[in-house]
Amino acid sequence: MFREFNVTLVLALVVVAGLISAPAFAQTPEEALASIQSDAAKANSGFKGFSAARGESFFKTKHGNEWSCASCHTENPATPGKHAKTGKVIQPFAPSANVERFTDPAKVAKWFKRNCNDVLDRVCTPQEKGDVLTYLLTVKK
Amino acid sequence: MSKCYKNFPRRLVSALLVMGVAMSGAQAGDRAEKYSGENRGKPVQPAQVNAKFQQECSTCHIAYAPGLLPAASWRKVMGGLNKHFGSDASLTVQENKEITAFLVNNASNRWSASTAPLRITEAAWFKRKHDSHEIPPTVWKNPKVKSPANCAACHQQADRGDFSERHIKIPK
Repeated sequence: MFREFNVTLVLALVVVAGLISAPAFAQTPEEALASIQSDAAKANSGFKGFSAARGESFFKTKHGNEWSCASCHTENPATPGKHAKTGKVIQPFAPSANVERFTDPAKVAKWFKRNCNDVLDRVCTPQEKGDVLTYLLTVKK
Repeated sequence: MSKCYKNFPRRLVSALLVMGVAMSGAQAGDRAEKYSGENRGKPVQPAQVNAKFQQECSTCHIAYAPGLLPAASWRKVMGGLNKHFGSDASLTVQENKEITAFLVNNASNRWSASTAPLRITEAAWFKRKHDSHEIPPTVWKNPKVKSPANCAACHQQADRGDFSERHIKIPK
């Protein structure tokens, strides 16, 4: 009985400690991807899923403007990048190397809008966003 | 004679007061004329700093101190964030409102000209303080400096709005 109580207590402490130490993220990158996937299915009835290979090629290619995504986030998104104009350091883009990435929906929306506008002069489609995030999730630290 | 001595302290005080008023008037005049009225203000005190401004304006570059430009410049900058020196830096309406208020409230208080440049480097005070007598042209060519917009290359406390001489270290 006493031992049982102790186990419960320890478990409770572990859970509480976990709650305290875990950063309070609004979503996981996988949840961000699921949300983009639902947008993609709504936007296109023929939606056939995301592709990491297509995402990687989109990420590393210029789309008519001076910059690609990789111009600032680098060819290896697990390493820190550098703003192409100001030189300011940008923390790694891949979630494996930066736990904060894609955890705040407002931030995700803000930066897709800004950066797609810089790279493509338009908003990105849910297909493009999902391909890129699928690629980023395959990048190992 | 004794009467004169008795009045002397009072006269002295009056004379000093008159001189003081005249001097402060002259100083105020100098300030207004300095850099043709394009003069930067004093740094914002830490207690006045706005968290939203710090967070949003320091992502791609240092959060340039509001006192470096007049209020009219900040209104223009914040009105054109979707094309911010070649990049889309747009904010939500609420964020934009809060940051604009902070910038305008702490803008340069020594700017008397009707000009409102978008670039800090276009201001007369900036050009004078960074002309070839002050900064040799080789400094600007140093890749560690990269651009005159890169204040922190030499001003080590630039991100805190402190540009005092003792915190300048020009990279080799």
